[in-house]
Amino acid sequence: MAARILEMVDIRKQFGHIIALSGVSFDVQAGECHCLLGDNGAGKSTLIKTMSGVHVPSQGEIRVGGQAAHFTTPRDAMAAGIATVYQDLAMIPLMSVARNFWMGREPQKGIRPFRRFDLETADAITMQEMRHMGINLREPSQAVGTLSGGERQTVAIARAVYFGAKVLILDEPTSALGVRQTANVLTTIDHVRKKGIGVVFITHNVRHALAVGDRFTVLNRGKTLGTADRGHISAEELQNLMAGGQELAQLEASLGGTV
Amino acid sequence: MTNVQTNEARRPTLPKDERVKELHRLHKALIRPELGAISGTIAVFVFFLVLAGGTQMFALEGVMNWSTVSAQFVVLAVGVCLLMIAGEFDLSLGSMVGFSGMVFALLVMKLGIPVWAGILVTMMLCACLGMINGWLVIRTGLPSFIVTLAFLFILRGATIWSAITFNRQPVVSGVGEVAAGDPIAWLFGGEAFTGLFQWLGQQGVIATFTKGTRMGQPVVSGIPMLIVWAIVFVLVGQWVLTRTRFGNWIFAAGGDPEAARYVGVPVARVKILMFMVAALCAAFLGIEQVIEFRSAASDRGIMKEFEAIICVVIGGALLTGGYGSVVGAALGAIIFGVVQQGLFFTNVESSLFRVFLGSILLAAVLANTYIRRMITGEK
Repeated sequence: MAARILEMVDIRKQFGHIIALSGVSFDVQAGECHCLLGDNGAGKSTLIKTMSGVHVPSQGEIRVGGQAAHFTTPRDAMAAGIATVYQDLAMIPLMSVARNFWMGREPQKGIRPFRRFDLETADAITMQEMRHMGINLREPSQAVGTLSGGERQTVAIARAVYFGAKVLILDEPTSALGVRQTANVLTTIDHVRKKGIGVVFITHNVRHALAVGDRFTVLNRGKTLGTADRGHISAEELQNLMAGGQELAQLEASLGGTV
Repeated sequence: MTNVQTNEARRPTLPKDERVKELHRLHKALIRPELGAISGTIAVFVFFLVLAGGTQMFALEGVMNWSTVSAQFVVLAVGVCLLMIAGEFDLSLGSMVGFSGMVFALLVMKLGIPVWAGILVTMMLCACLGMINGWLVIRTGLPSFIVTLAFLFILRGATIWSAITFNRQPVVSGVGEVAAGDPIAWLFGGEAFTGLFQWLGQQGVIATFTKGTRMGQPVVSGIPMLIVWAIVFVLVGQWVLTRTRFGNWIFAAGGDPEAARYVGVPVARVKILMFMVAALCAAFLGIEQVIEFRSAASDRGIMKEFEAIICVVIGGALLTGGYGSVVGAALGAIIFGVVQQGLFFTNVESSLFRVFLGSILLAAVLANTYIRRMITGEK
């Protein structure tokens, strides 16, 4: 079994008297894509934010490489190699791909007070990294706004990978995309996994999850309902687990089994 | 791989990709944020060359006249441009021009402190006011439009009040005499290249006075320091904005503060610093005007904040931040200055100045929007 890079052990999180997570266990191994499935309100967002240091868990332990870790800010998590690509991307459409890629970590050259942004290096590395991900930019000064949604996801992923992410958390990366762009993002996930990075793929689309996932964990009402390996679970089973079985079965019957 | 120190060896060279269509070089050169302002500048110059080509407007004196007026707009526009790209407004800058001038004049004339010290104290005070503006905007989360609108009134009121209280009239005069012997006052009100102009006059390249007390001296004795400063401001501003790490942070802070914060850009610091820079530009202009006109007036700088915003918008900046160009803003300021002074040379009714300016603003904004969409892929 591959090394576990990130482990979440019996995580509980309460906001006042609302219990968002009531005992979640979850882990990510190097080079795998672990899908986290759950319907709206299942606690996916809270779990992601706990993993990425936005929320501090009320109870439970986070372990990075076997060692207990305490994240109090997103910076802590980032320093530990946990990068999160949020749905809204954290990309600035008005700015160029290269400027976005290096935002906050711009390479510099020259002597103070004439230290300047090393645009040539930044541009060249951006082009190279984007090409590794299968995106051919017209030029690095192309604005992110000119890219498609899938390409923007890929820029965000490439950035996280380049800056040394060991665990990559993708928050619903395919939810707003068309068929073709989804395929591109799923290919990117596969690329990243092969580099030995552990990918946490959050989605509520069972088909997308089954396309790339190695393991599947279903979250329902703030609890994990267990983890299944690839090939040991069907789309229907995942779907039912996500929606809480009974009700969906009835719904599905009335819709002629199309959900 | 987080090492950001770079060297030549690490820079990869990239093979050409046959699938990526090369953009035509002309297309590439033309499609830039400043295009609207460049075309506008050309249009304005053509317009006045046709209408006022035969007048004094394009004689050396005339050129100095509209260049100096444009330079006033440029100095303020550079600060406003950087602040607007960082996503904020400062409507108190016009009042700041009047306020800084009045504070400076009162310090020098009433407290009797040396001119250089007066300049320093005024600059520091205005930087602090800019910081307060910025801090209030960041801390309260209120739109900068409202916070600085309050300061528009506060500073203008304080200017008039202090003039009346300490000087019994709204104008403080006599600064010129005091500034004459000061070691740094010439940096604000003086002229550069006077020797060169003297020599050019002697050589007969430029006209000289033929009678009066200044007989034999060139009609234009040098380039006003304000013009030199305006060029320096534009070069430094453009360099910082497009060539430094901090410049990238300015764009990021205005483009999407949340996204910028997430990757570690100190958004609050960047914005507050830009409020300070804009306030310093206003203070610079205020002090310069006092030294140039030898007096401080409490109505100086009225409407300057809006004029500067117009320059910046003509220059291609986005009102909501995250996009713009210092060079564009400077061109916008030149358009503004040339139109304002040019109509005077052509003897056109001065109220038409506003009609003309409004039309240019509209045309420039339409062009800029179109260009920006081409560049950024906005819908």
